[in-house]
Amino acid sequence: MAVGIRVEHVNPFVTSTMETFAKMVGVEAKPGKLMLKKDAKLEYDISGIIGLSGNAKGMVAMSFPKHTAVAVCNKFMSADYNDLHRDILDAVGELVNIVAGYAKRDLTEFAINISLPSVIVGPNHQIIDAKDAVSFVVPFTCPLGPFHLAVSLKST
Amino acid sequence: MKILLVDDSSTMRRIQKNTLEKIGHTDVTEAEDGVDAIKKLAAGGFELVLMDWNMPNMTGIEALKKIKADPATKDIPVIMVTSESEKTRIMEAIQSGAANYVVKPFQPETLAEKISSIKK
Repeated sequence: MAVGIRVEHVNPFVTSTMETFAKMVGVEAKPGKLMLKKDAKLEYDISGIIGLSGNAKGMVAMSFPKHTAVAVCNKFMSADYNDLHRDILDAVGELVNIVAGYAKRDLTEFAINISLPSVIVGPNHQIIDAKDAVSFVVPFTCPLGPFHLAVSLKST
Repeated sequence: MKILLVDDSSTMRRIQKNTLEKIGHTDVTEAEDGVDAIKKLAAGGFELVLMDWNMPNMTGIEALKKIKADPATKDIPVIMVTSESEKTRIMEAIQSGAANYVVKPFQPETLAEKISSIKK
């Protein structure tokens, strides 16, 4: 039987983001108010995206302004890049990979599998969610800058 | 302690190598997948393997089984590093001979504790 998508299903991704930033970036990421994602545009410059499949399908994305991505990934990798570099983009992909992988443990009813991460670069880029998917955005702040977590899920 | 760090992501190898340095382990060799790990282990001298799970060519669990099946490498402790914390996978790793496991995300202290536990 298909499981209805509820706001509660976003919580594992929020918790996983907070834990990943605390443990592997070394900063506190604070979630803001969860919002319904009303259109495809994300406000920022770089998004790491993971596809989700199983008894639910969809995606999780972490979207950063360029300065936040560089600062977060520099701290994550103990690096010192001044601008977007291939290593920064790879690190964005690894961050979303860790967040999605860790969130799976609390979404056992969906038996979720995760794809390899992809990274999209470009101001105000669009991510088109699956038709009929329920999509949420959680704005985060951390000492290195703001970012968004977007989760889109549809039970199958 | 001579450590072989196995991960297909150069970014994750870099992050884990930095973490190992922070906890005092500087003799670290990198391998980019299970095949590369088996090849590098044949050279001898390694005292610990940190093995990612999901890798192309040969996965971490396949490499673990090969390491444990080879008399020359079977006594080298292997710590599995995974981003997925399902008990079934962890059980499979332990049953296949893994000395311990660490789930991403992890803090340097957690990795240090796991390494210390197998040195005892």
